[in-house]
Amino acid sequence: MEIDYEKIGLKVGLEIHQQLDTSTKLFCNCRPELFKEEPEMTFERRLRPTQSELGQVDPAAYFEFQKGVRILYEANKATSCLVEMDEEPPHQLNLEAVETTLTAALMMKAKPVDEIHVMRKTVIDGSNTTGFQRTCVVALGGEVNVGEKTVPIQHISLEEDAARRTGEAEDNVIRYRIDRLGVPLIEVATAPVIKSPREAQKVALAIGRILRATGKAKRGLGTIRQDVNISIPHGALVEIKGVQELELLPLVVKYEVQRQLKLLEISQELRARGAKEEDVKKEFFNVTDAFDETKCNVLRKALDENEQILAVKLPKFKGFLKQELMPGFRLGTELSDRARFWGKVGGIFHTDELPAYGLTEEEMKKLRETVEAEDQDAVVFVADNPENVKDALKAVVERAQEAIKGVPEEARAPKPDGTTRYMRPRPGAARMYPETDIPPIQITEDDVGKIFSQLPELPKQKLKRLMDEYELNHKLARQVLDSKYNKLFETIVKESKISPTTVAAFLTETLKALKRDGVQTDKVSESQFRDVFSRISVGELTKEALPDMVVWLSRHDKKSVQEAIENLGLKTISRNELEAFIEKVIKDNRSLTKERGENSFGVLMGIVMKELRGKVEATLAIKVLKEKLKQKI
Amino acid sequence: MSEEEELSGYKGEALVAIRKAEAEIGDLIRITRNSQIYEGILIPRSEYGDEKHVVMKLKSGYNIGIRITPSTKIEKIGKGAKPTFAAAPPLERNPELPKISIISTGGTIASRVDYRTGAVRPALTANDLYSVVPELANIAQMDTQILFSLFSENITAKHWAEMAKAVSKKISEGVEGVVIAHGTDTMGYTAAALSFALQSLPVPVILVGSQRSADRPSSDAATNLIGAVTAAAKAPFAETAVAMHETPSDTSIVLHRGTKVRKCHTSRRDTFKSVNATPLARIQNQKIIMLTDEYRKRDPSRKLVLKPKFNKKVALLKFHPDMNPSMIDWCVEKEYKGIIIEGTGLGHVGSYSFEALRNAVQQNVVVGMTSQCIWGRINMNVYDQGRDLLALGVIPLEDMLPETATVKLMWIFGQTQDVEEAKKMLKINIAGEFLSRTLPEKQAMAER
Repeated sequence: MEIDYEKIGLKVGLEIHQQLDTSTKLFCNCRPELFKEEPEMTFERRLRPTQSELGQVDPAAYFEFQKGVRILYEANKATSCLVEMDEEPPHQLNLEAVETTLTAALMMKAKPVDEIHVMRKTVIDGSNTTGFQRTCVVALGGEVNVGEKTVPIQHISLEEDAARRTGEAEDNVIRYRIDRLGVPLIEVATAPVIKSPREAQKVALAIGRILRATGKAKRGLGTIRQDVNISIPHGALVEIKGVQELELLPLVVKYEVQRQLKLLEISQELRARGAKEEDVKKEFFNVTDAFDETKCNVLRKALDENEQILAVKLPKFKGFLKQELMPGFRLGTELSDRARFWGKVGGIFHTDELPAYGLTEEEMKKLRETVEAEDQDAVVFVADNPENVKDALKAVVERAQEAIKGVPEEARAPKPDGTTRYMRPRPGAARMYPETDIPPIQITEDDVGKIFSQLPELPKQKLKRLMDEYELNHKLARQVLDSKYNKLFETIVKESKISPTTVAAFLTETLKALKRDGVQTDKVSESQFRDVFSRISVGELTKEALPDMVVWLSRHDKKSVQEAIENLGLKTISRNELEAFIEKVIKDNRSLTKERGENSFGVLMGIVMKELRGKVEATLAIKVLKEKLKQKI
Repeated sequence: MSEEEELSGYKGEALVAIRKAEAEIGDLIRITRNSQIYEGILIPRSEYGDEKHVVMKLKSGYNIGIRITPSTKIEKIGKGAKPTFAAAPPLERNPELPKISIISTGGTIASRVDYRTGAVRPALTANDLYSVVPELANIAQMDTQILFSLFSENITAKHWAEMAKAVSKKISEGVEGVVIAHGTDTMGYTAAALSFALQSLPVPVILVGSQRSADRPSSDAATNLIGAVTAAAKAPFAETAVAMHETPSDTSIVLHRGTKVRKCHTSRRDTFKSVNATPLARIQNQKIIMLTDEYRKRDPSRKLVLKPKFNKKVALLKFHPDMNPSMIDWCVEKEYKGIIIEGTGLGHVGSYSFEALRNAVQQNVVVGMTSQCIWGRINMNVYDQGRDLLALGVIPLEDMLPETATVKLMWIFGQTQDVEEAKKMLKINIAGEFLSRTLPEKQAMAER
């Protein structure tokens, strides 16, 4: 189905979150790094919902609390101190991060605020040990240009990254690792003016490039994350949180539009059939008896463990639960996601997908009789302990009522295929209050002037300069621009006499190919790259030796370039040695040269390079071989 | 409320500009400066802020500060809505549950944040408590009393006396336990003071505080309070104790004897430690586990003996290299009744202080020796310096905490003016301040 997004009135807004590569975290002096090893310490906490200034308690948070959810935090001493443990007040705001944010803000023509006030934004899922995220607006307004279009920026903020989940909840305990907590994040929020999936990707890419141009952006999976707000007329504002891959972004938008359109269609049809919200009641029937003899494994197990099977009737819903909203995702899946979240159950059964799973026609008939379902009704049932079952069915009923109404507002999480699943209700009015432990920071006109005078080039300008100044073609220039070695490229070119195209191709394409083959090119330091190129520049090494050098250096930590050359036997040979070697090759193959004359070049060159690869420039070898061959014939 | 208070924190140019616009805190305002327009709610300014910035809350919820220049214009564009807190649901008392009393003296635990300003304000009615910590309703029937709203560093001996009387009154009314909400900084001193002032307790008196303010989801206030109320309602002992976190985790609350407890960390939840003693009990999964057999048993029929008088003419002096002995002389001149020395190691001071100490003792000032090591017992017989001090008449105070010794001497001089009587009382065990055995306990902030 091709959708005309312009016509349906799609509106998308983005919040781009980019981790910063500062020397310390945002509110303490820990290193902003993650650890892979087993944690050195753990501690367990509960987060208690507090009343907002409006006297409201976030319903999802309160629900989780009532369910007795506990949080187990993991930490090690290299990456966390008492600040992340919420055992010590935060230190002052990291000024390196503020400067980087200001740099990015000025590049996007945003207006810095005069005084930064750090706020606490309530987040109670356990991802912050405090129960809130510290965040501050650094600049307002601004814009980013994408092709012909100017996308307005609403604000640019600096905030602390959250702890990361390590594993699924077990026995009501959620595990989080606090190494990531406190890593500085720049948040760029655009106005909801994006009108197509493709455009969303382009805008995200453009903002990402500007953030990277500050030179302080972290790179790698998970270092940049996008929250996407999507709405269509008559639909609802749905927030999809934490899209990590840019390629996924257009797909996420596309599927969400598809989902909302389909939900609107279902809502219309349901109403046409006579479905009414008030007819979907929280009236649950104990149907355990209907499955006395069941062959269905899930139900059998539940019955053996003395659990209950409760059912609810969804009047007029027959057939709708199997309608597909996104690939592999039906209205029934939507109901099931809600049941899982609110009821902590494994899943639901519904009559649109049955008989199956070992359930029989006979059992379905009994089920329908027990709940007094009419022909057009669907029935949903769940097996678990009575409390969970009731919570799950309540959630099912509420979601079914929303299906009659249209599209519910909610926060969703992306899956690797671009479809999404229910995450939680959208948080109510933003609950922010001042972080009184951190004094405000003033930004003077002098501060702004100083940063403005040292502003990095905009990606667009830099692309043009790379092409003009170094005569790189568009593709190579683009690759250099997006590469983490973009500064190194210019350094090497300025230090050596090697052609910019050679350096650029090596730092982008060659390294990428090596990486694909499993070489850990990141282990080679920038100073090692510079050393290698300077040796090539003075003829001490050959270009052909580059890949071998990188492979060797990546496998030998802390070894020098000199050691690599010696170990690989890559020392270049002198002109005299080369001439002598080529004369010997010609001599050894006299019969061949006699027979084929200058046509023997190819074969001879093969022999020469087999022996001398990496020790001599191929161009020089060709030249000498041609000369010598001419002389001999 | 005066206008100055209404525009709290603002002064100088910013105040003039706000007044000119006739805006009040909470009003919707528009600030225009060089074609830049900001709209939001006027927010109070911290007293430490300068005179040149106005703080507003944007629609997004963020606060920002805007500099006021001669060309900046402020307009009031809307009247602010006053925030209202949702009323807590009416109390549901379960008449089966034990009756306890909560007395609030201030501190982080008895405060809530003003969301507009971020300022922390005192609040601790029973309804507040039930709404913030609904679990309490299943543990005890509570009545609450706000006695003071003080930061604990402002609490003095006269407040100890009032607390002791308030507790005594509640106990005479028949409650089965008393909880005192207190700032943590000097909670150890108050715990010691009440241990001496409330003798022969029939039911437990539990002090409780928190290291993270109650408005935060991660606050330790609720778990500490649940622990304190549980102990007041159900603990088998009848002593003055402090209830706080045992570790950085929310999983256990530990109860420390009032004369043996000290604040040992500036910010951690488990800041309170029992020094030279095993804690009294631990509360885990709503169960009280006693950690020692030596305690006074709960007995509601026992008659409380109230001795709420203290004398503030007692000093705590910490010896350090080159400490000027005239500090001791000063105490004598100012007619101090007692001096507790925090000596080095086993209980020493430099011999250059001896003369001043001899003079103090001769002038009938009671001088007691404790150790700045915090952990361990005084022994003044090991070295010459110690023996000399004993000969001067300095009283060794065994394993007593310096803070507890100070409070005890303040209390003693509230009971008697007789110096020999005072010396005798200082040496006998009144409220578990001495233990005859020092066990190899885990010390300080060791990891668990």
